[in-house]
Amino acid sequence: MKYAFWPGCVALGGTPELYQSTKLVLNKLGIEVEELTNATCTGAGVLQEKNKKLGDTLNVRTFAQAEQMGLPIMTICSTCQGTMAQAQLAVINDDGYLAEINADLADEDLEYHGNTVTKHLLWILVEEYGLENLKKHFVRDLSGLKFAPFYGCYLIRPSDALGFAEVPERETSLERVIESTGAEVVDFKGARACCGLPILFINQNNSLKMVATHTGTAKDLGADAMVTPCPLCHLNLDGYQGKAAQKNRASAIDLPILHLPQMLGLAMGFTPKELGMNKHMVSTNRLRDHVEALAAPAQA
Amino acid sequence: MPETLIANLKVQRYDPESDNPEVYYQDYEVEVEDWFTVLDALIKIREEIDGTLSLRCACRASICGSCAMRVNGEAKLVCKTRLDSVWSPGESVTIDPPGNMPVITDLVADFKPFWDKVRQVDPYMQPTGPVPTAEYLAPNKDMVHLAGVMNCIMCGACVSDCTVLEVDDRFIGPAALAKAYRFVADPRDGKKKERLGVLNDDTGIWDCTRCMQCVEVCPKDVDPMGRIMVMRDMAMEEGFTNTSGARHTESFYNSVKRSGRLNETRLAIESMGVLNIPGQISMAPVGVKALIKGKLPNPLDHKIPSKAAVKKIVEHSEEPSK
Repeated sequence: MKYAFWPGCVALGGTPELYQSTKLVLNKLGIEVEELTNATCTGAGVLQEKNKKLGDTLNVRTFAQAEQMGLPIMTICSTCQGTMAQAQLAVINDDGYLAEINADLADEDLEYHGNTVTKHLLWILVEEYGLENLKKHFVRDLSGLKFAPFYGCYLIRPSDALGFAEVPERETSLERVIESTGAEVVDFKGARACCGLPILFINQNNSLKMVATHTGTAKDLGADAMVTPCPLCHLNLDGYQGKAAQKNRASAIDLPILHLPQMLGLAMGFTPKELGMNKHMVSTNRLRDHVEALAAPAQA
Repeated sequence: MPETLIANLKVQRYDPESDNPEVYYQDYEVEVEDWFTVLDALIKIREEIDGTLSLRCACRASICGSCAMRVNGEAKLVCKTRLDSVWSPGESVTIDPPGNMPVITDLVADFKPFWDKVRQVDPYMQPTGPVPTAEYLAPNKDMVHLAGVMNCIMCGACVSDCTVLEVDDRFIGPAALAKAYRFVADPRDGKKKERLGVLNDDTGIWDCTRCMQCVEVCPKDVDPMGRIMVMRDMAMEEGFTNTSGARHTESFYNSVKRSGRLNETRLAIESMGVLNIPGQISMAPVGVKALIKGKLPNPLDHKIPSKAAVKKIVEHSEEPSK
């Protein structure tokens, strides 16, 4: 299996531990990737506020690069995945629009023909790699731990762009991957809610209320950690959880927020430090101690 | 013929006139046909099993907008929702009143806050200039475009599930903002700039998180969030640029234009406003902690090799044409 890899700006910036843990996990799984070092930011819906066509153009440019490489794209960010899926939907059935966009890409000798498949690592594991195959790499049994899923808006909405009708298992993919590690899924409404990051710098009170509500609810339901396939959610849920609790709760929340590959990496026997869990803002020490006390991994 | 189908509905109940008013769930088993909508099942419960169950409905044809409620946690027009799309034999389907509004009784919510918000956006035409001898005319293409918003039946599904209203009931909200767009984008209206000026204030267009829940649950494809995004651009074009929201969009845009990638650190600083000292101080602790953890993103741009080509694409997109 080989993919053109688009890590996204945040995995390359504010959440370096996501990039680090992804590389370890992919290597272990034998999934080859070639990084799209010349791809741009997807626009994350923000650039599109000002100029939707420009957003579509930049994403089509990335699709064209992957098409030239003859590879499907792997993303590790819900926001990138959703924004790219919306761009693909916008051009795929509109030849005139695609032609206009391609004209803007001619300077770089790029032309998109509509063939690039873009999938989040989460979907690749469920749909292509297979959970049974995935489990073969697990050496630590995480049963006894409770993880709350947190998808990130763009990996579940809008459902038409994300192909939920064609691939219904995408709707519950995160719960299924969590279960595959032996951990228990914390069933809570916030799993599909908004983390509040897009308005963090615009209406911080509202943003922090969202963080406090979702992490607090998960914690109250007994979660040991929250697991997210979206680094933007991680920025807010981890980075601003302390402040959110201070402003909205009587006591601290202290719920570690794991990137999806970090959870997989724990099950695969990597140490929390190898997975960059020491770089989180909310302490992961309790989780680290718990995991390290589990039966020593067969190999490291 | 297939055997009889029995559906299990778990329905939220609330009777304000009881001695001890409280919200609880009641389970109903009702015989249904395979073509039933959720509303058909609820009406059958009310008519044949429990006459005390209150719900709103009228047209049964997704025109009147009365029957929005939550089905398995998500807002739906229950007359438009086939039971077999949300329920399978052996399971139960949960029905709640619409969210983000006070409950009057059972599945009936008080829409007063909803209508107050709609009134807040002055939902009527305000033409300016000389009064025409006949009617005010609008080009056909504009009316075709506006028809997409005028499809709104004011059912409240978007308001029910709005993730911002959940934490802040002052937010104008998706339905009223879509209604505002209907006038902002109408060429016959003369108050575009004034309207945008008001919508640009706190609790208006910039408070939306872009979570797309309203887009997902709208039974009429009105796309409230999409309309809010267009109004953000319109507001900036009209010169309303002194908001964190506008600075956020500008900073993001300029970062991609300069380098091809997002500069997160500058985004935080520039959105707050470089001269907004209290704002900068409020963000500082997290920034310092990130620095200690060795993960504060480099404040310099993360340039891609082909940044010149990307800049050209961006500049081309800025040219006034088409």
